[in-house]
Amino acid sequence: MNKELIDLDRVGMTYEAASGPVEALADISLKVGRGEFVSLVGPSGCGKSTLLRIVAGLRPATCGTVQVNGRKVMRPIPDIGMVFQAPILLKWRSILDNVLLPAELAGKDPRAFRKRAQELIEMTGLGGFAEKLPRELSGGMQQRAALCRALLLDPPLLLMDEPFGALDAMTRDDMALELLRIWGETGSAQVPRKTVLFVTHSIAEAVFLSDRVVVMTARPGRIAADMPIDLPRPRTVEARAAEAFGRLSLEIFRTLTGRTVGGVTSS
Amino acid sequence: MCLNVRLRMIKFQSLLRQYWPTVALFAALLGLWQLAVSAGGIREYLLPAPLSVWNALWYGDIAWGQHLWATTFEIVGAFVMAAVVGVALGVAIAWSPLVANALVPFLVFVNTLPKVAIAPLLLIWMGYGLFPNMLMGSLIGFFPVVINTAVGLSQVEADMLDLGRVFSAPKWKIFLKIRIPNALPYILSALKITATAAVVGAIVGEFAASQRGLGYVIVTTQSSMNTSVAFAALVWISAVGLLLYGAVVLLAHLWAPWAEGID
Repeated sequence: MNKELIDLDRVGMTYEAASGPVEALADISLKVGRGEFVSLVGPSGCGKSTLLRIVAGLRPATCGTVQVNGRKVMRPIPDIGMVFQAPILLKWRSILDNVLLPAELAGKDPRAFRKRAQELIEMTGLGGFAEKLPRELSGGMQQRAALCRALLLDPPLLLMDEPFGALDAMTRDDMALELLRIWGETGSAQVPRKTVLFVTHSIAEAVFLSDRVVVMTARPGRIAADMPIDLPRPRTVEARAAEAFGRLSLEIFRTLTGRTVGGVTSS
Repeated sequence: MCLNVRLRMIKFQSLLRQYWPTVALFAALLGLWQLAVSAGGIREYLLPAPLSVWNALWYGDIAWGQHLWATTFEIVGAFVMAAVVGVALGVAIAWSPLVANALVPFLVFVNTLPKVAIAPLLLIWMGYGLFPNMLMGSLIGFFPVVINTAVGLSQVEADMLDLGRVFSAPKWKIFLKIRIPNALPYILSALKITATAAVVGAIVGEFAASQRGLGYVIVTTQSSMNTSVAFAALVWISAVGLLLYGAVVLLAHLWAPWAEGID
């Protein structure tokens, strides 16, 4: 078993649009180790979400090789959990039944997962809401349910596509903190922590959450920088006030915008 | 228990508050109508008074029972046929692009035909009877069901479908667990239209050719100038129509409560 869970080697992706071929991603080489939390930041349309889907096997790369867990990704791979920008819960199902959906889709007996689903619901602070319909929950709570759904089958890899992008700023910070807590709790001496690939627009969010932040350029998406975030864990709200936090955020901001001077603060 | 009763009372009170203007307007119109006819000396064969209509509803020499039964049978049959055929075609269209390409233009063509104009043809092909009228009702009512079923089945977020692909869920499972429940509110909302269309179709069929039914009763009153009977037949028709519509609303409430207030 190799050390890297994700290994992208010179991955490129070109698609046909009405106006001709569009190069969405070019020359992406990226390795993500087991248990690592890596964020992808970049301007809109830089292909971060596409890259996430290529890792999941949902879209084919048009060049280069994609490996997850030492195997070439040719089709959708089952050992991942996905969280999208919208919670996309099934409106007619209770929260519990929504969380159990992956078991049903994967052809497993959902009854065998009820206990785990209940535990996840408790862990994400949704205890007491298991039998509610999605519309009875706030946006943040719905996104927690989506996270439970992604964790149900205990996948080693979590792919998150701007999961907090639709939430208000305060809920968003709160959710980031929660995510770190849950991520930390899922790891132990026997069970390695989950590997997370996290797409975001927010530099602050990326710095706060990640072990590494990968900065991408606009179309075609290329890797502009790969920065280790050496802030101590577990991270708390105070981490945001640390000098290193500001310095790293500014550095990422400069890489993203190409600006080296100016009094602009990053998001 | 006590709370439950109280909640019900509150619900009843709010219903009353919402609908008293409807009831009041209806009663006022009936009162005015009665007054206009009895005080204004309008002749019965032109406009019968509400009370005469009321009498015609229950008495008179019309065998309401058999006509009501015939028309109700046609309407319900038309509704069920339109629903079953409509949903089946909608599912077929959403399931296979090939079927969609083959069927949709054809269905659009059928839908643009004025169904009323087909009524004499149905008579030639099938003769007198309840079935041609039933067919007329379902012809008018099935199209919205096809369209709404197909649309409801395809209006699923791309991310949700990706989720299905990640777990390699087979196509039928995606239909059963995601697409069909998703389409349910769309289908039920089309069925509300179908309920009214089924009534129109059945009556049109009876107008064209029939020996029974409320539409037939109306046609016969033309020669007898028995206008109050025509009005009474109208009341019965709308009663059947309202009941069917109400049944669909109730069904929507039971089957798709999450979609309440969408349409």
